[in-house]
Amino acid sequence: MSGTYLGMPAFPKAAAVSTQNAQLRANLTHATHTIRDKRAKAVAELADWAELRQAGKEIKDRTLRRLDHYLLQAEAAVTAAGGTVHWAQAAAEANRIVADLVKAKGEREVVKVKSMATQEIGLNEALAAEGITAYETDLAELIVQLGDDLPSHILVPAIHRNRGEIRDIFREAMSRWGRPAPEGLTDSPAELAEAARLHLREKFLRAKVAVSGANFLVAETGSLVVVESEGNGRMCLTLPETLISVVGIEKVVPTWRDLEVFLQLLPRSSTAERMNPYTSIWTGTTRGDGPSDFHLVLLDNGRTDTLADEVGRQALRCIRCSACLNVCPVYERAGGHAYGSPYPGPIGAILTPQLRGLTSEVDASLPYASTLCGACYEVCPVAIDIPEVLVHLREQVAEHGTGHRAERAAIKAATWLLDHPAAYRTALRAAARTRRLQPRRLPLPGPAKAWSDTRDLPTMPEQSFRDWWKTRGQENTP
Amino acid sequence: MTTDSRERVLARIRTALGDVPATDEPPLRRGYLPAHVTEDRPTLLAVLAENLAEYRAHVNHATPQQLPEVIGRLLREHDTRSLAVPADLPPGWLSAVGGVRMLTDGPALTAERLDGIDSALTGCALAVAETGTIVLDAGPGQGRRILTLVPDHHICVVRADQVVASLPRALPLLDPTRPQTWISGPSATSDIELDRVEGVHGPRRLDVVLVGEAPR
Ligand code: SF4
Repeated sequence: MSGTYLGMPAFPKAAAVSTQNAQLRANLTHATHTIRDKRAKAVAELADWAELRQAGKEIKDRTLRRLDHYLLQAEAAVTAAGGTVHWAQAAAEANRIVADLVKAKGEREVVKVKSMATQEIGLNEALAAEGITAYETDLAELIVQLGDDLPSHILVPAIHRNRGEIRDIFREAMSRWGRPAPEGLTDSPAELAEAARLHLREKFLRAKVAVSGANFLVAETGSLVVVESEGNGRMCLTLPETLISVVGIEKVVPTWRDLEVFLQLLPRSSTAERMNPYTSIWTGTTRGDGPSDFHLVLLDNGRTDTLADEVGRQALRCIRCSACLNVCPVYERAGGHAYGSPYPGPIGAILTPQLRGLTSEVDASLPYASTLCGACYEVCPVAIDIPEVLVHLREQVAEHGTGHRAERAAIKAATWLLDHPAAYRTALRAAARTRRLQPRRLPLPGPAKAWSDTRDLPTMPEQSFRDWWKTRGQENTP
Repeated sequence: MTTDSRERVLARIRTALGDVPATDEPPLRRGYLPAHVTEDRPTLLAVLAENLAEYRAHVNHATPQQLPEVIGRLLREHDTRSLAVPADLPPGWLSAVGGVRMLTDGPALTAERLDGIDSALTGCALAVAETGTIVLDAGPGQGRRILTLVPDHHICVVRADQVVASLPRALPLLDPTRPQTWISGPSATSDIELDRVEGVHGPRRLDVVLVGEAPR
């Protein structure tokens, strides 16, 4: 895959390009609104959603506060169950570990389950450089891979493609990767899914090594959990002899019982289902059933930096449900690619700059890719106060000083937002609905002066963000 | 190299958490509900059936006496000629099945061989009514994970006494050391313009047989 997020233009530039793409915008609007409405219904079914959300937040916070302890517990449990645990400080080291494991098996190809962590570290590209081909097996990821493209949504990575485009990609590219698309393939979703089934089945049956991520890692038992819909996850987790799971250190939860919270929160927030079709849970290896060799790669790659920030560390609670993307007026206008990382939307705007630092233009502009309307916070199943973190990160960008190129990128991002009144109107409507959830006071000490004299955020809509932005923005512009 | 990285990552975590006091935390308050439905047997069965059907599993009812007959009918409906079963399938389940080639689960039943088999028949560990979920854990009457994955049709038998209301009821009953597959309807994707399509890689048809004394 030649697509890469590195060297991507800063958010405003990339967003400006995608807002001009009518097809992309129409697809996004349709998709985000559909999922958003379904999610609201799925959540409304549970009278105790607020309590589940509170428990989810608490469990994650407790885990993060003793992260070293829980990781060591998980390591011991996985090892006792027959697995091998590796630790990687950064992307290159994780990629090295995986490549070496694959080569030690004498293999040149792996099948992959969709995983944000492996996208984050650019695993496919790193393996390709070592002569190892990684086959994506999630339908959307397959579409992205065959189209030599980048994912644009956490849950539906090919949300920017319509069925006609998908048919063309299958017809054109499948034969280069393996079994060609069936003769006379039409654009009906059922036929396209069948084509993917046939194309990938031979790969599943042949593969000796699989690479996955995990949604959760249970410290007390060493169990890993992967939720999915299609069955490609089950194929990868069951058929090959060797399984390598690359898992961010923040994925750990303390107890087996904690899954009763997260497996209620995640499917309803993500696909708006009571439960996703398939959930696989495994603990080390099981004799005669599934992979006989299991490796867990624990990945830092900027997470400990994020953990060190008392305000920003809440981003590590994220369970990657993508609910915040689907309610975000800026994501809807800009599309996923504008965020320049595998993590688009509101969560990307706070996670990416923390994982990678604020030094590049795109990362410094990300905290501005928001109207602070608060809709993301309202839907977040682990109550991450995204607006709070955004403002906190804006302060850090401002600290770099006027004239810094990162700051200029940030101001351009803000200007892009002001030039898109439709995004504003949606944001203000959302804000009016969620007023009680708006963060009123930012609990931030320190050099906030450039952005706020009082550390009070205006209540909406008495003073719209637009007005607020204008006054605050001017204070900062020389 | 990784040993080094292990120490470094742990050290970075400890430094990052410098602001967190080392005091013990009070026990976690789990304010959520243990279940969202009344937990009498008929309600649990009805809720399970409804949720399974909503996710497009095919739900069938049977008394223990009717079970073999129902299994036979489902296999005929699917035109099954070859059937994979766990080695410890309860005796009698297959008594009304004729003209079908049987393959018993075991190391010789590879993915390649399973790929040519029409159906798989298993029991389960338990079922969760509220979420419409069947849990397999490779326990009695279930076979290896691969058995219910590769064939395109899965018939799963659920006894009424295996149905619990909710995840908080289910988790304590499940053994984390066993490999688990939680199934809520057949394989599905919504990756193409959010149109739901049943069946990508897992079985495209899921038949559930609910076995109770007095089916309605
Ligand atoms: S930030 Fe919250 S809403 Fe967004 S993906 Fe993460 S868990 Fe979901």
